[in-house]
Formats: sequence, C-alpha cells, structure tokens
Amino acid sequence: MSTAVAQKKGFGAFIWDYLTTVDHKKIAHLYLVAGGLFFLMGGLEAMIIRIQLMKPDNEFISAGLYNEMITMHGTTMIFLAAMPLLFALMNAVVPLQIGARDVAFPFLNSLGFWLFFFGGLILNFSWFMGGAPDAGWTAYAPLSTTSPGHGVDFYVMGLQISGAGTLIGGINFLVTIVNMRAPGMSYMRMPLFTWTVFVTSTLILFAFPALTVGLFLMMFDRMFGSVFFDVAAGGNVIIWEHLFWIFGHPEVYILILPVFGVFSEVFSTFSRKRLFGYSAMVFATVLIGFLGFMVWAHHMFTTGMGPVANSIFAVTTMAIAVPTGIKIFNWLFTMWGGTIQMTTAMLWSVAFIPTFTIGGMTGVMLAAAAADYQYHDTYFVVAHFHYVIVGGVVFGIFAALHYWWPKMFGKVLNEKLGKWTFWPFFIGFHLTFFIQHFLGLMGMPRRYWKFLEGQGLDTGNLISTIGAFFMALGVIIFLWNVIYTAFKEPKASADPFDGRTLEWSIPSPPPFYNFKQTPLVRGLDALWIEKSEGKKAMTPAEPLGDIHMPYGSILPFVMSLGLFIAGFGFIYQVDNPVWLSLVFIGMGITLGAMFVRSVKDDLGYHIHKEDLEKGDGQL
Amino acid sequence: MKGWMGKFRALFLLGSLSLILSGCGVDKLSALKPDGYGAELLYDLMILSIAIMIFVFIVVMAIYTFVLIRYRRKKGQEDFIPKQTEGNKVLEIIWTVIPIILLLVLAVPTVQAVFDLAETSSDEADIRIDVTSAQFWWQFDYAGEEISTSQELYIPKGERVYLTMKSADVIHSFWVPSIAGKMDTNPGDNENTMYLEAKEEGVYWGQCTELCGPSHSLMDFRVVVVSPEEYEQWVNDMKNADPEATPDTQVAQEGQEIFQNNCMSCHAIGAQPKGVGPNLTNFGDRAKVAGILEPTKENIKNWILNPNEYKPGNTMPANLVNEEEAGKVAEYLMQLKPSEITPESAQ
Repeated sequence: MSTAVAQKKGFGAFIWDYLTTVDHKKIAHLYLVAGGLFFLMGGLEAMIIRIQLMKPDNEFISAGLYNEMITMHGTTMIFLAAMPLLFALMNAVVPLQIGARDVAFPFLNSLGFWLFFFGGLILNFSWFMGGAPDAGWTAYAPLSTTSPGHGVDFYVMGLQISGAGTLIGGINFLVTIVNMRAPGMSYMRMPLFTWTVFVTSTLILFAFPALTVGLFLMMFDRMFGSVFFDVAAGGNVIIWEHLFWIFGHPEVYILILPVFGVFSEVFSTFSRKRLFGYSAMVFATVLIGFLGFMVWAHHMFTTGMGPVANSIFAVTTMAIAVPTGIKIFNWLFTMWGGTIQMTTAMLWSVAFIPTFTIGGMTGVMLAAAAADYQYHDTYFVVAHFHYVIVGGVVFGIFAALHYWWPKMFGKVLNEKLGKWTFWPFFIGFHLTFFIQHFLGLMGMPRRYWKFLEGQGLDTGNLISTIGAFFMALGVIIFLWNVIYTAFKEPKASADPFDGRTLEWSIPSPPPFYNFKQTPLVRGLDALWIEKSEGKKAMTPAEPLGDIHMPYGSILPFVMSLGLFIAGFGFIYQVDNPVWLSLVFIGMGITLGAMFVRSVKDDLGYHIHKEDLEKGDGQL
Repeated sequence: MKGWMGKFRALFLLGSLSLILSGCGVDKLSALKPDGYGAELLYDLMILSIAIMIFVFIVVMAIYTFVLIRYRRKKGQEDFIPKQTEGNKVLEIIWTVIPIILLLVLAVPTVQAVFDLAETSSDEADIRIDVTSAQFWWQFDYAGEEISTSQELYIPKGERVYLTMKSADVIHSFWVPSIAGKMDTNPGDNENTMYLEAKEEGVYWGQCTELCGPSHSLMDFRVVVVSPEEYEQWVNDMKNADPEATPDTQVAQEGQEIFQNNCMSCHAIGAQPKGVGPNLTNFGDRAKVAGILEPTKENIKNWILNPNEYKPGNTMPANLVNEEEAGKVAEYLMQLKPSEITPESAQ
C-alpha cells in the first residue's frame, strides 16, 4: 500500500526506502549511521594526533598535515559526530515521548539530514582534493582567510550546508514539541529529555545564524574578494572571533543539554524513582540555555577586550555553574532512596557524574578570567573540554544508545559487551585527559605539532597516548556489540527496562505510525502512572480511526545533492570561472527540486481503521 | 561497586604518580613554578579556585559514594518500588545558595586580578617594549631606545616592563608561563598591552599560544632576565653596536659582504632601518637559532639553505646563496656579539 512500509524487498529497495524516508525513526537510523561513521573518522584523526604527540620531537606526520588533523578532528567531532548523533536520539525518541506519530515537518526532517550529510561529505572530500582545512576548528581569521589551497573553502562550504540542515532540524523540533504533544501532556509533564531537546532547539535557532553570518563573510573574503577580515583594507579580525563564539558557546550547550536529558531519564528509570526536583531541573535547563548566550567572550579573555569586559564575562560564566550544580545534586537525590540497577546505560550515567563534575570544576577555574591568561590555549583547556564533551556528551550518547537501542532496533544491546565497552573507554578517557590538565599548566600549549625534549612533558604525553588506545578499544568493542546483538540477541519486549515514559508503551521497535491511538497523559512519567495503577497500557485519548501519514520523497536528497554540487562550483570558481557552471547546475537542481515540491500536491495517505484493527506490523 | 571505585582510585594514583615523577614541570617554563609578579598572582588565584573546587568535589563525591553503595539494588529487591519523592525545596535552596557564595569568593579576587594585570604604563621612565609577532618569530623594539632585537627579550629583574603588542600577519599569542600570563597579538589596530615583572634572573621559555600556521609549535622565544645593572650595560652595548663593523676574520668579512648583498632586504642589523625579517644585531649572543636549534655553524648554514625544513611554512626563501656562501654568512652572523650580557651569562 505504501512505500513507507519497510518490507524486505531486496537491497535496492532497502536503500531507496532510506533515501526517500520521512519517518522520524528511519531518519534517526540515518543520523546514527552517518554520525557514527564520522565519529570513527574523527576518532582516527585523534589517534593520529596522539601518536604524533607520543614522544618529544616526533616526526610521525608533518606540521602541515598535523594542523589538518586537529582541524578536522575538532570540526568532525562537533559538527559531524556529536550533533548528528544527538539528532539521531532526538528523532528516535522525542516524537515517541510526546505521543506523536511523527515530527511536525517530516519532509523538512529528511531535508535536514541530507543537508547535514552532504555538508559533511564536502568537508571530508577535502582530504582527497588537495588538503583538508588547517586553521583549527575555530578558523580564526586571518589565518583562515589567508590559508593557501582550498582547505578552508571546504570548511566554509561544508559547514554552511550542514549548518542549514541543523537549523532546519532545530526549528522542526521546536514546532513538534510545541504543537504535537499528546492530550494531557502540559509543558510541566514533558519528560526531561524532551525538555532539554526543546531548549536545545531554541539554542540552535538563535546560535546557528551567527555561524551562518560568519561563514558567509569568510566565504566572500575567500571566494569573492571582499575584505571583512583584511586589516590592511580596514577589516577587523576580531569580528570573526565574536561571531564564531556567539555561535560556538551556545553550541556546547546545544550538545550537552540533550544528554542532561538522557541522564535524567536513565537515573530515574534505573533507580525506579521519579526525577528528583523535576521543576528545578526544568528551570535549570532553561537557565543554562539562557546564560549560554551571555558568556561567549570567555573564549576571548586573551584577545584584549579590556578588564571590564573580561570581568563581566568571568562573572556570567561562573553563574552557569549554579544551575549545573543544581542538576548534579538533583541527579544524586534521584538515586537517593531508589533501587539502583547497574545496567550499562546506568553505568555510563553514573560514571558521568564525577567526570562531568571535574569538567565543571575546571570550567569554573577557566572562568576566573585572570587565571585564564595561564590556561588559555593550553592543554588545560583541551583537558577541560574533553571532560565535558567526552565525559558529558559521549558518555551520554553511549548511555542513550544502550538505553534506547531496543526502541530503535528492537533488541537490547548485550549487557556483558556493554560493560566491556565501558571499562576500557572510561579508564582510557581518564588516562588520556586527566594528565593533560597538568601538561597545560606545565607549559604545553594546545595545537602543538611537537613538544621538545627537556620541557618535562614526555611522561604525561606518553600516558595520554596510551589512554587514547584504551578508548579506541572501547569503541571497537561497542561496534562488535552492535553486530553481536543484531545476530544473537532475542527480540526485546515493548518495555524491557520498566520505563516511565510514553516510548515504552508501544512495541520495540514501534510500528511506523507509532501510536495506534494517541495516548492520554495524566501526569509526569505517564506510563509509570498507568503501570502503578495496575494497567498494562496507556488509556487512549481518541477512538481508533484512520491515521494520516505522509508519503516518502526523494526531493530532500535531490535538493541537498544540488547544493553539494554547487558547493564544489563555489570552491573551484576561484581558480577558473568555468567552474561557475557547476554552481548553476547545482543550484538549478536544488531550485528545480524546490519548485517541484511547491507545485506538486502531496496530501499523504491514510491507514484505514480496518487495517489497524488487524494488528501491529501486519500492514 | 567496589571494583569500580577501586579502578577509579588506581587511575587517580597513576595520574598523581606520573605527576610526582615529572614534578610540576620544568623551571622557567611551567606556570606551576611562578617567578614573576603576574605568574604568582595567577598561581594564587589558581590555588584558590582549586581549593574551592576540591571542596565541591569532595561534597559531591561523598553523597555519590554513599548513594551508590547504600541504594544499589540487592538480591530480593527486584520488585521493590521506592517512594516517588517529588523534590525538596530546602535542599534546592541550599545547593543554589552555597555555590553562589563560593563563586563570589572566587569572583572578587578574579576581578581584582583582571584589573591589576590590565595596568598600563603611565611614566615615561618605564621600560616600554613594542612586541611584534610574525610567522614564526618575534620582534622586540625598545621604545625610546634605538634597540631592536628578535627572539630574545632582555628585561631587568624586579622592574615592570610594559609591552605593547601587535602582529604583522595572523593572530599569535605571547606567553611566558613562569613570569606572566598570555596575551594575543592581533593584526591591525587592535594593539594589546601587558606587563612583565620577573623576580628571578634566568632564561625563560616563551611560546606562541594561538594557532598561526604549520610552525605554530616552533615559534619559541626566550625572555632573558638580568640584573638592573646588567640590563643597563646590555642597553648601552646594543645602542653602541656598529652594524657596519668589519669582522675580524677573512671568512666573516666575506660573509658580511654576501649578507649585505643577499639578506639585508629583509634582515636588519642595528635598529634602523627595520626589516621584514628578524633583526640580527645580536645574533651571535643568542641561545638558539630560530628559537629551536642549537647555535652551531652547521645548524645556521643548514637553516640558511633550507629554512622550511626546520620551520615549515616560514617565508624565508631557500637557497638564496650556495652552500659555501651560507657557511661564510654563518661565520659572519656568529661573531655578531655586541654584548657581554647573554642568555649564557644570565643563567
């Protein structure tokens, strides 16, 4: 009846299904696979960095290539791994948690993914087309604007295109959460993960335009002869720093807030307790999101903004520690009095608390603006942000994957292998990064291709490199677990972890229409309320009726492909105007696809009541 | 549970052990071995913030350890449903207010230190130095004196030296961890200021801390701290250095001629006119060539022939002179020793 039904028709049909899907659950799979591949790329780059820094005066890779490695490691991990992996979780879980059948704009959801994916491809094509960007993931001008070759052009085009995808995704989730909650689910009954996604989407909405503007200025400087960042012509390089960090600082909260949501769900589920201080947690989330926009210049304490600006940004930055502390204590008290079950998901969450507390502590230390004159751009900073991004975001993604894997793929990840993933990664993580705090204070600046003998940095760097190999081992075991689980584990039940929220009220994995009947929400932890009253399922809020579903479409893929082609045109027209033809071809494809989308009626289809009555998965 | 904490502790011990092995880093390089006014001020601020943070960490870890041991699900508890507590207003207030107080304790000295370190020179008699960074070297021009030098900054012990900083190309950052914090050098009109006040004589490591290109990690410089008398002498020696002086040996004389014909379009000897490359007035006194190499004739010769082998991406052209000529130029440069006061004497 519909193309959206994933019948195993063969490999081609399978691929076509994913290329055209607008189902949030399948888009989650796409984000997960693409983000996972980029995560492995970024991890490989990290290993190369650590091998280079294994011993003093090492010549493993050249200085130029090293700068490409650090740039691509940072850019890939932030934009192409962490962001999409979080989008995978958001797509997989949010519509289910709010009792919706899909996101508000399924077509845009697909477009957001393909834009991200093709943007990421452009960025990584640079490796094979004359060299990757080498100006750091922050791409400070004028180093970036004067960087020879096309590396930074790939950075600009890649991030611009994938950034558009992220912005679209953010808006989509905002609208979804505002409009599509099940009857009875007021804002203060939303699961905390949904809350954090809501705040994160708001941050995306306000933060990404700053990056877009910055990238446009840089694009015009590099490709069309403008001089925004050329001091000789009256330009100003500090503007880039501001634009980048007005985006860049909220970006770290964009990354961390959803995993705060994940941990809230996991702590609550595996302690079998309601989240302690739910309203304080919501308040803290909103406050962090708000304050996140007021602190960007703490990345620029040594730029020379003067003592007044430095003091103001120091104090606002310290203020963020307060809501973050509230969260830590509320998580601890969620477990307090509960019955803690140490599953793999819980293990990652439990490990997160001391790790992230250390990251938060060094964050406050860095906020002391004057002391930052010592910390800034040293390995102390490297250690700090890996403690929050790996210890926070990556631990959170692992926790989330182990927690929601049955909901995404219908099988619980093998617990034993899960723990085998955790230990090497956890130990390796602390080995790698704890020592880096001290390396920084002992005088090792970040982004250093080599350190010299006699600087007292040998032991620390060696330990750090050893740790990195443990982390790699953990990731490999996780990949093995994914394969093992797919072949060896039994099918999971609808609610394998005694869950509390709506996603556990429907089968694992859910049917493509999610909820046969929209559920009625009677409070926070909607499913838990029903279960504690002895009911087996949610009370429906509507009679069984026809369900309206959207058709899949290849147009999002085509639109993104057009921009992908045009991107290369923009990059290479500097060398030869002939390449402009590629811009016209690419933009023609994109605009053509948009035109088709505009004029062609796509009203979707209905799943009929009679078909629904036949049972799940029979359609 | 035991295993988990045990491993964590082992990890911590391992980290601490390696730390003890390496001490707090190397003298004259580590921010943990402060030898200057700024570095000491920042070290104290660091210690204060660490103390506050360790207190917080201990509180968190105490609750954490208790919770994980006490409330771990035990055999026979599989069906136990705990009380569904909503929250506790008093607790929420406690863990909001106490952190605010702790942060205020940190914020006040932070703001004081920020303003303290932002002091600029108000007295004509102060030593003021213009710092200019370029890919991948440092230029120091002593304001009011006709002195220019590169790569090695001479300052007197115990005196405040005021720096005005800018960049000739991309953004760099000037960092001497043991004397003071760091400050970026921006291109254009965004000049920055900072001051150095060293408390011990010696040769300090300086580094670039803003990614500036392939040789970012090789853009080292030195700060040579000498006694005020020695500084006085050094200033006089530098002012009296004759850029045209004829070297003693035949080889060096030939080297001088080759230098004047090939190198002086970029490199100055003496304060005027300024070149686009490093000033070489006291090249023979330097502790390092290009900030990283031992000052041997062989190294200098090889550098002249192929600078990009040592500092990738730098703008000095290779093979301007042949190997024999390079040797002569090296000979000439090595005898440029206008002063008795050198990094060696300062150590």
